[in-house]
Amino acid sequence: MTTERTAGWAERAVREAGGPAGTATREEEVLLRIERARGRRARVREERITLAHGAGGSASHTLVEAVFVDAFRNPILEPLGDGAVLEVGGGRLAFSTDSFVVFPLFFPGGDIGDLAVNGTVNDLAVCGARPLYLSAGFILEEGFPVADLRRIAGSMAAAAARAGVHVVTGDTKVVERGKADGCYVTTAGVGVLERETELTPSAIRPGDAVIVSGPIGEHGVTIMISRGELDIEADLASDTAPLNGVVAALLDAVPGVRVLRDATRGGVATVLNELARAARLGIVLEESAVPVRSVVNGACELLGIDPLYVACEGRFVAVVDGEQAGRALEALRGHPLGAEAAVVGRVRAEAPGLVLLDTAFGGTRIVDMLVGDPLPRIC
Amino acid sequence: MRFVDEYRDARTARALAARIAELCEPGRRYTFMEVCGGHTHTIYKHGVEDHLPPNVNLVHGPGCPVCVIPMGRVDDAIAIAREPDVIMTSFGDMMRVPGGEGSFLDAKAAGADIRMVYSPLDALRIARQNPGRRVVFMAIGFETTAPSTAMTVLRAAAEGLANFSVFCNHVMIIPAIKAILDSPDLRLDGFIGPGHVSTVIGCRPYAFIAEEHGKPLVCCGFEPLDVLQSIHMLLRQLAEGRAEVENQYTRVVPWEGNGRALEAIGKVMELRPYFEWRGLGFISHSALRLRDAYAAHDAERIFQVPGVRVADPKACQCGEVLKGVLKPWECKVFGTACTPETPIGTCMVSSEGACAAYYNFGRFTRSRAKEATTA
Amino acid sequence: MCLGIPGEIVELLPDRADLATVEVAGVRRAISVGLLDGPVRPGDWVLVHVGFAMSRIDESEAAATLALLNGLGPAYADELQALAESDIT
Repeated sequence: MTTERTAGWAERAVREAGGPAGTATREEEVLLRIERARGRRARVREERITLAHGAGGSASHTLVEAVFVDAFRNPILEPLGDGAVLEVGGGRLAFSTDSFVVFPLFFPGGDIGDLAVNGTVNDLAVCGARPLYLSAGFILEEGFPVADLRRIAGSMAAAAARAGVHVVTGDTKVVERGKADGCYVTTAGVGVLERETELTPSAIRPGDAVIVSGPIGEHGVTIMISRGELDIEADLASDTAPLNGVVAALLDAVPGVRVLRDATRGGVATVLNELARAARLGIVLEESAVPVRSVVNGACELLGIDPLYVACEGRFVAVVDGEQAGRALEALRGHPLGAEAAVVGRVRAEAPGLVLLDTAFGGTRIVDMLVGDPLPRIC
Repeated sequence: MRFVDEYRDARTARALAARIAELCEPGRRYTFMEVCGGHTHTIYKHGVEDHLPPNVNLVHGPGCPVCVIPMGRVDDAIAIAREPDVIMTSFGDMMRVPGGEGSFLDAKAAGADIRMVYSPLDALRIARQNPGRRVVFMAIGFETTAPSTAMTVLRAAAEGLANFSVFCNHVMIIPAIKAILDSPDLRLDGFIGPGHVSTVIGCRPYAFIAEEHGKPLVCCGFEPLDVLQSIHMLLRQLAEGRAEVENQYTRVVPWEGNGRALEAIGKVMELRPYFEWRGLGFISHSALRLRDAYAAHDAERIFQVPGVRVADPKACQCGEVLKGVLKPWECKVFGTACTPETPIGTCMVSSEGACAAYYNFGRFTRSRAKEATTA
Repeated sequence: MCLGIPGEIVELLPDRADLATVEVAGVRRAISVGLLDGPVRPGDWVLVHVGFAMSRIDESEAAATLALLNGLGPAYADELQALAESDIT
């Protein structure tokens, strides 16, 4: 080893953060300092997009805020919910879009077509809307087999029928070989908001119950296994499903539903972090209450990932008035897609913005926003 | 999960916690270092410290092989990855480790073919499937992982896979522990000893810690009850005035280690005269490289690596955190310039790094936690 | 990096003496058993690290550890509780 260099980017990062801090004598001072730093306006430091920007975690959020919200600034966008709520002609509509780049295209439990329909249906459902119409855009790579495209379209038709929606418009583009990976699908959807209730994080109150509609992490682990790179076999299928029916069952039975979110990229942990931050309240999860299939647990242990961060495509998180939690569970469990619903945590005023986990071992830790990307291109 | 769930039982933990509290002399402060990053991760992930009395203090050690990789070596690996025909393969934890000009993830975004693998055998498979490309495996880890790399090199040699090579960054645990013991800033009462490294090297190599330094060491498993039991065993030794090496992880760690694993390492690798450890400086005879007989699979000999040392940023205090002299939150850039998203130092990048563990799991005020242990 | 997980050998691979299929909570993967001494049989439990079996899990030692933990554990907890509940005044 001869000459020596310094890492310019690191020196810059320290300067931009305001230089090294003075010595802290107490842990609390440091924690406060950190919360201030986290509250500062989002900035994308990287010059190029990395896979972390697509993971649904902190890098994704920073990108959306620093690039898109910054460019498009408007009050309808800023809540950054799963869909936008629009006032049109005296009524209210929900409008949402989602792109699908999953690899492999076909996997146990479904294919990109199922994800494309269910994904947008679910985004609309968790806004409290009745999904009605979808658009479907396709970007196809030169050389992609037409038989595969028929199969995908067939899946989409079946998924749409199951969800009670119609694909009413679309578009197709073809790019040269190598410029896209087989097939990418984008769907957008509109739904009608027939209920008075506003589902929003600002409705959340201390004492509210946090419910998940079923076992977590099945989709992400299924995709990971289907890729074949990790050479793992297991009896598992994606949980992709349209949630509008089970959501409606919940909303019909329980007036005290504060907000709903579907737990896709970044998993349940990401959704809860978003809600805790938006509501400026704390959430405490009970590790032993979180439903996880043992095979998902096994795969996650083997690979060193946490099921709380693994994507689902047929599960949602509901925050409901604590007193109505029992009724909510009853409503969910009465529906096939909510049969294993469980209360997994509570909202509290302490530690606002943080999600804590009471471990099965009897300790406590934070469940932070996802950093990096353990599983790229899972949806 | 068998052999896992049983060692996470909360009721047993609470009772064991009471026994631990009983063994502590009132008014005395106990400081134990857990050497392995894996233990740091377990401690934070399960909230083990919530079961400890306030006068038992855990200090995090340097046993995180990702954390000790100097930025210059990351740059060297990226230089190899940038060769147009190279497929660089690496464990997931390496992907975001910052080098002088960025990480593997950044290099990948700029066009390098860098792929995550779970095992060196996966890298070998990629080499078989891509005969026209040169596949390089970024080998990191202590003695736990070195035998796997060695076996893979032997397999590559046996199959004549000329397009497979290894960029060897294996380091050894004993020199790391020695660096801790030689550090004047630290007062430790004992060590929560390596678990999986010990399945390879056995328990004997730690004897000098007890015999020459008078500190007890307990080889410890990775489930939270293992950690509590090891702390109990350390406190018992101190109460009885003993300083010995004990094995808590008897279900996995053989006292004599794994002869075949040691043979594989010895066959394929040799000691480097010296190697740079991030935060600890140059340490002699602390790392491994491939022997001449396996030069055909040694990426350092096949490729031109810049070999330029990159100095740690002035504000970086990884070295002190690695030695347990500073707690993560005491580092002046912790949580501000240095976060898991924007790590300056490796302690923040690796899932086993003390700073990452604390930031991701432990970063909250403990008043509530105290409630939990009395519940 | 220290990540090692206990798994059960469920199948030996016929064409490769050094490989076997291990199962962890229903997830199966081929791993190398080349670092283990002696014959490997379906039903053996091993510690898996980066695709290699590093050590056999000694079931009697595992049971002994658990017994010790439980001995230090709930029985003692019951004792503490009994002590707390008793009142000789």
